[in-house]
Amino acid sequence: MKLRFFGRLRDAVADELEVEVPPHVEDSEQLRVWLGREHPALLDSAVKIALDDRILVAPATLAGASEVAFLPPVSGG
Amino acid sequence: MIALAPDPIDPAALLADFTRGATGAGAIVSFSGIVRPDGGVRELWLDHHEFLALAAFEAIESAARERFAVANVTIVHRIGSVGPGEPIVFVAAAATHRRAAFDAVDFAMDRLKTGVPLWKRETRSDGSHWIDARAADHEDAARWTEYHG
Repeated sequence: MKLRFFGRLRDAVADELEVEVPPHVEDSEQLRVWLGREHPALLDSAVKIALDDRILVAPATLAGASEVAFLPPVSGG
Repeated sequence: MIALAPDPIDPAALLADFTRGATGAGAIVSFSGIVRPDGGVRELWLDHHEFLALAAFEAIESAARERFAVANVTIVHRIGSVGPGEPIVFVAAAATHRRAAFDAVDFAMDRLKTGVPLWKRETRSDGSHWIDARAADHEDAARWTEYHG
């Protein structure tokens, strides 16, 4: 599964990662917790998760998903 | 029109194009945001999620058009490296009357400060750091939540 990181998470984690997600990690929040053991910046609840270009408002299954993006609070304009 | 611009933008040229396309309008309002040349900032770097940023701009554009009954809205935002004194964002709205055009631009700017996946990194002589949306930006965006035009 391809993971992409934006804003300050590029420095805290990476630009992109390709990971093999273990079977017990079934949804987006479990993925956050699993990755958060190594990358605690992802545990911040202000970091939103997008699954295949859709921003999640609730945990969603990773089944069938190919890309997960981690989005810290934005600062445009 | 919605655009993410990797190269420098020219607000005067964008306004001229917008004006040509806004036939029948009685009012055109535009806003240009410029990277402030103060505080020793050498560069802003705009990170973005292309698909989600364009989708967010489209949502802002259609919300502005519906809410304020404006005919045309354009949003052009720089991505990548932007220098002090350079334009970073251009927003324009065309409407029958001026109030709607002013409100649509004001609304679009407030929304895009807090609701578009863009991230600013500022470089000064002492290094780079990522910028958070200011509390005032969220207060500005919240002004429109209870607004029903």
